Amino acid sequence: MITLEHVSKVFTSGGQTVRAVDDVSLEVGAGELVVLIGPSGSGKTTTMRMINRLETPTGGRIIVDGRDVLTLDVVELRRRLGYVIQQGGLFPHFTVADNVAVVPRLLGWPRRKRRERAEELLALVGLPPERFADRFPRQLSGGQQQRVGVARALAADPPIILMDEPFGAVDPITRKQLQRELRRIQATVRKTIVFVTHDIAEAFLLGDRIVLMSEGRVVQDGTPADLLRHPADPFVTAFIGEDRGMRALHYTSLAELAAPAGEDAPSDGLALPGTMTVLEATRELGLRGATAGDGIWVTGDAGERIGHLPFHRLAAVLGETLAPEQSGPDPSASPEGEPSDGLPA
Amino acid sequence: MDYLREHPDRVWELTRQHVELVAVTMFFAILIGVPLGIVITRLRWLEGPVIGTTGALYTVPSLALFAMMIPYTGLGRRTVVIALTLYSLLAIIRNTVAGIDGLPAATLDAARGMGMTGTQRLVMVELPLALPVIMAGVRLSVVAAIGIATIAALMGVGGLGRLIFDGISRLDSDRIIAGALAASVLALGADWSLALLGDLLRKDTRASRGWR
Ligand SMILES: Nc1ncnc2c1ncn2[C@@H]1O[C@H](COP(=O)(O)OP(=O)(O)OP(=O)(O)O)[C@@H](O)[C@H]1O
Ligand SMILES: [Mg+2]
Repeated sequence: MITLEHVSKVFTSGGQTVRAVDDVSLEVGAGELVVLIGPSGSGKTTTMRMINRLETPTGGRIIVDGRDVLTLDVVELRRRLGYVIQQGGLFPHFTVADNVAVVPRLLGWPRRKRRERAEELLALVGLPPERFADRFPRQLSGGQQQRVGVARALAADPPIILMDEPFGAVDPITRKQLQRELRRIQATVRKTIVFVTHDIAEAFLLGDRIVLMSEGRVVQDGTPADLLRHPADPFVTAFIGEDRGMRALHYTSLAELAAPAGEDAPSDGLALPGTMTVLEATRELGLRGATAGDGIWVTGDAGERIGHLPFHRLAAVLGETLAPEQSGPDPSASPEGEPSDGLPA
Repeated sequence: MDYLREHPDRVWELTRQHVELVAVTMFFAILIGVPLGIVITRLRWLEGPVIGTTGALYTVPSLALFAMMIPYTGLGRRTVVIALTLYSLLAIIRNTVAGIDGLPAATLDAARGMGMTGTQRLVMVELPLALPVIMAGVRLSVVAAIGIATIAALMGVGGLGRLIFDGISRLDSDRIIAGALAASVLALGADWSLALLGDLLRKDTRASRGWR
């Protein structure tokens, strides 16, 4: 749906050149939610803004729906791409409802339909329309404004949505709620979404794929599980941070750990589906209490046994991933790009 | 004060002429100045020449400007309206440019990002948001034009300047005071009512000020 081929962007201002995006290639499939994450200044916003042509690439090509964006009518392109802008960017002289309905208005929807759509979306993002629809943006908190921004991007039901830190100014509780809401929307309507965030937890929660950027380049592009299990380099490890083990368990399925049952494997024991994650399996074991046998039988889609996972192996996996690593000096700069504190080992 | 009391009709008539002159002037000044300001925000290279020229014009003493124009446009209303319009352009152009330049980048980004055309951006976002600053320029121009228009009485176009110049030639300070006073009151009144109008036109603050 969206393809970036060797895209670069060099800004030149006052004799200085900034390589904001450096040879980025990226593919976002239809219905996929791809998260761009990386330290401040790593080129996430610039990458996103080249997709709806708010910036023009200085190199490479961007293809949306099979067509080079530079050959498309820019106004039409933008109306097909929902856009949540990083700093909110609401129109201060429009009411909240008018802000939400701005693209429908540009598309010539009748007034009543616009109003209905705005109210529907305000309710969706947790702003009761009877209280918020007729206010002006300056009468809203930062987080509320951001939610209006999200509603605005959804208004004309665009197939593709670009979201630049849409929940950045929202409190953690509302944020969780909005993330859940986005997942719910995503599960039902399947938009193609490019989502920029600083928050690694958000990235893992929402992303079908995570693209980690640093200094204008893609450091790693993969599923959450890929990033956890095969970090491309120490920067990725450092960026993912301390919860990596916990997260990894969340993405590791029993099927991946089960080995073909040996001769000595007992025939009895608890059977669990191979799609279950290690975390879910441990919870399940806790709930069942004592079980027969010395491991878990892992079953396939049809309930057939596809392998056996002895308890000692499960314990070893938990131990390896959760126990603090034998860590030497910090392998790289921290995610924020600050130097490590340089204490002697 | 006596003159005012004895000839209210005359003062009123001259005030009316004065207002009409300034109103016609402002009509042209806005008609030319605002579009020129908008064009400058799109074609930046025009800023230097346009602001430079209107700025230079602004420094020419009004009497001299009238005199210079007489050979071309004659002695009368046409000359006065053209000269006053030229004086008014500077503040209007400059404030139009400043008003549009001062809009938050995020708002303009949003306007582009939502897929507004250039015209839609201008009409739906830029002009409404720049309006308070443009109005400030108009107020400045109106007050200046009311003052300069008194001198225009020398060109035979009437207005409150007539009282002042009549007073000077007849050594009648009463008339001078009446004319000056009326012109000042007019300027203050215009300034105040334009400020009020500007507030009414501001949409983003209406609700928070308890309007609606
Ligand atoms: N218009 C511009 N002119 C010059 N440099 C720019 C411009 N826009 C961005 N940059 C530079 O390009 C680099 C990437 O900026 P970008 O906004 O894409 O980063 P980001 O990853 O979105 O950061 P953040 O997480 O802080 O939003 C930065 O070094 C920035 O200073
Ligand atoms: Mg950014």
